[in-house]
Amino acid sequence: MAMRPALLLPEIVLFLGGLVVLVSGSFLPRTRQWVTRVVAAAALVGTALLALLDLPGPAQPAMEGTFTVDTATGVARIVAALGTLIVLVLASDEIAGSPRESETYALFLFSATGTLVLAGADDLLVVVVGFLLASIPLYGLIGIGRTPRGAEAAMKTYLLGALFGILLLVGVTLLYGVSATTSYADLTGRLADAPAGAVAAGVVAVLGGLMFKAGGVPAHFWVPDAAQGAGGAVAAFLTTVPKIGAVVAAYRLVAMLPDTLAWPLLVAVLAVASMTLGNLAAYWQSDPRRLLGWSTVSQIGYLLVPVAVAGRSDLALPSLLLYLAGYTVTNLAAFAVTTAFPDRRDLDSYRGMGRARPWLGASLVVALLGLVGTPPTVVFVGKLTTTAAAWDGGHAWLAVVVFVNTLVSLFYYLRWIAPVYGRGEPPARTMPGPFQPERWSAAAAMTTAAISVVLGVGAGALWAAFST
Amino acid sequence: MNVLSLIVFLPLAAALVLVGLPRLGDTAARWTWVAVAAVDLALVVAVWLRYQTPEPGRLAFEERAEWIPGVNSSYHLGVDGLSLPLIAMTAVIFLACAIYALRETDRPRTQAALFLFLQSVSMGLFVSADLILFFLFFDLSIVGMYFVIAGWGHGDAARSALKFFLYTFLGSLALLVGFIGLYIAADPHTFDMIELTQQTPLAGSGLAGGLVLAAILVGLAVKTPTVPFHTWLPPAHTDAPAIGSAVLAGVLLKMGTYGFVRIAMPMLPEAWRTWAWAIVVVGIVSVVYGALVALAQTDFKRMVAYTSVNHMGYIALAVGAAGILAEDTAQARGVAVTGAVTQMVSHGLITGALFLLAGVLQDRAGTYDMGSYGGLAAPAPRFAALFAVGAFASLGLPGLSGFIAEFQIFTGSIAAAPVTAVALVGILITAALFLRALQRIFTGETRGRSAGFGDLRAAEVWSVGPLLALSLLIGVLPRPLLDVIEPAAEVAVELVGR
Repeated sequence: MAMRPALLLPEIVLFLGGLVVLVSGSFLPRTRQWVTRVVAAAALVGTALLALLDLPGPAQPAMEGTFTVDTATGVARIVAALGTLIVLVLASDEIAGSPRESETYALFLFSATGTLVLAGADDLLVVVVGFLLASIPLYGLIGIGRTPRGAEAAMKTYLLGALFGILLLVGVTLLYGVSATTSYADLTGRLADAPAGAVAAGVVAVLGGLMFKAGGVPAHFWVPDAAQGAGGAVAAFLTTVPKIGAVVAAYRLVAMLPDTLAWPLLVAVLAVASMTLGNLAAYWQSDPRRLLGWSTVSQIGYLLVPVAVAGRSDLALPSLLLYLAGYTVTNLAAFAVTTAFPDRRDLDSYRGMGRARPWLGASLVVALLGLVGTPPTVVFVGKLTTTAAAWDGGHAWLAVVVFVNTLVSLFYYLRWIAPVYGRGEPPARTMPGPFQPERWSAAAAMTTAAISVVLGVGAGALWAAFST
Repeated sequence: MNVLSLIVFLPLAAALVLVGLPRLGDTAARWTWVAVAAVDLALVVAVWLRYQTPEPGRLAFEERAEWIPGVNSSYHLGVDGLSLPLIAMTAVIFLACAIYALRETDRPRTQAALFLFLQSVSMGLFVSADLILFFLFFDLSIVGMYFVIAGWGHGDAARSALKFFLYTFLGSLALLVGFIGLYIAADPHTFDMIELTQQTPLAGSGLAGGLVLAAILVGLAVKTPTVPFHTWLPPAHTDAPAIGSAVLAGVLLKMGTYGFVRIAMPMLPEAWRTWAWAIVVVGIVSVVYGALVALAQTDFKRMVAYTSVNHMGYIALAVGAAGILAEDTAQARGVAVTGAVTQMVSHGLITGALFLLAGVLQDRAGTYDMGSYGGLAAPAPRFAALFAVGAFASLGLPGLSGFIAEFQIFTGSIAAAPVTAVALVGILITAALFLRALQRIFTGETRGRSAGFGDLRAAEVWSVGPLLALSLLIGVLPRPLLDVIEPAAEVAVELVGR
């Protein structure tokens, strides 16, 4: 085992990029802050490109076996970096020229770095490092807009984050206590012989910490508040990018566990709880971002389905990665529509948008039906392979639950589509005036919606890349 | 590019052009739609002329390309005697709708694009030879029809559209569960219809086979729709625009019945035979119940909607009877399946015509209520004549396509399972209700909304007329159609008898 820091080049580039943005931002005048955006974008593109170069190779351990560079890490790096890049585009409308422009970008980059660390972690202590690095910038990001709702959301997120961070540490401590190691390579064998109760408690605690980061039940309470209270770009970021790392980390954790206890069932229960609660709670939301916030809770439920059959079906890992990539691009498309009309914070205020802005309306339909899992978007392929994996792994009932939930979710996504193509003018109290979308967000929405369809049609190539 | 891909994607390409050219005038958009639908029909005719019955287990004009090789799903198209008549019928109905819509004033460009999209989707479904491809088109047809009803409907359109969407989407998800079940059971895992038909993956596993069949049947039954999954249909039809109803009843309902003969029967023969009785019962109930409820309607469009439940019931009856094996009934069961496929084509043509005629009622007088009319034959003789032909075709008068279809269905089914004769009462009731409708609307003194009713215009005659002419042609000269269907029906019966 060696350090081999070169394998962590994407993470290093991202982190250094964040530092450069932070430092240079404090020297640049307000009118020249866009330079930091360019730097941040360059760092993200560089990260994605470096990750792409590593992708075809075999799995390689780095940092003395505490971090693995394999397909999962590579895909998480690319998806997280490109996802953050899209968020930067959304931020151009909202944050350009604002007092904390460069700080926001820097925090995005640091949080994304934490996500990447989580995704590749093959050691419980590295999981903790990734968790903290991904979370702490997020608290700042949620509150950075200095609105009352933002402050409340930041407080809520911080308290929950602190609680679940401690829980995570307790779990790591317990597992270390019974096995005298934190490295996944050794844990599998040693946990098999360890007292089952202590192992169970430890694993549940670690999973709980990861659920906070993923925004899944039972640590999901902060998600809708943060999605509603934070700025649009931040909301898009926090409901998308950190989940990538958390879900991949959960997959690695479950795949490494010995089958002395019914881990798959535990994860399956978390999955069912997340998707069901998220869907039911999203029902009566009238703020589109809050609705999307709850929708992401349910999406985490679907993402946990392949985690539940980790190691039991060959379809599990590729379908997880496919779903992650699809979810990221589709969810960002939906958020991009909300940031294109930042003042329309009521579903009814979108009335007539489809007629006034046909392409943007079509993008929203693609995004929302994509989140439902309608072909030919990429989420459909992800959902299909995910449920096939569940069935293949002996959890046919989980596949049925996924489909029942899909049907339930359809209703609230349609609650947003219906006014977009409905007749009549929006009621004056919610939003006056014509539909004048923010330029960058509108472009991002259409691009991501198009990508969602293109990736769906070309899913064969993705699958081939993800299953090596 | 193979001709089938061209048939499927030509309308979609035209739709994208229409959406991408917002400056295009309304007239140009309407005529573009007509032209593209006509070209698509011409292509289908060319395919029909060059069509030769493929060997069992093969498809004609087959094409295949990798799509998602990881789960063995490919872009696989092909036609045989089950699908070729349906794509021809689909092309005819969409062309009729395009001509009917030449007078449309409400966003004609967007409407044309939406219907062209629906045409691509419908064509794609009938030529799919891969379950995921089939599902893709199945789902997109729901999305397209949702926007048709919500965007161009009347009355409580938004609510009806939502109900339609939720119901049929539920069905599609059940269908997908069934498809995944087939995929998991197959060895090697595959979504390819041809391979699954050869493998019959769930043979010998009674419970699992039954559950997978149940999921697929529920999905198809919602779309068909049969009792008790039909409740979305009347409101959707009542509030949909005329051409939307024509496509919904003419084409989209066939997606369900087509799935029975294409997917459920040949891929799960053992489970199909076990549950054939249940399907027959559902068929009989749909036939009788649909006819009785239609009899009670005062709204003409709702009445036709309920007769669709009745007519789809005949198909369920026939395919169910095809699964009841007895000595020496193979030929009879083949006749039943031939009748079922003929009924799909016939019902598409006739109901399409009837819904377009219903649109004329709404257009001129703003109501479908039959009591508001009377003596309409005097001011609108052309309307009355076409209406009468449509009504007689629908009630199964000899010389029209409905008779050919229903005669075969009953000949085959009663030979295979005599109890199906119960459903004959459905024919009697439909005859009564159509005659009563004719009498109420057209005979007697001209009164109520009939006064000043404008007769059919050229576009309306040229859209409805050809549909009924084709029904007449099939009724008088069924051989060319049956020659295409019969070999495929025999193969289907052979497959279910394995």
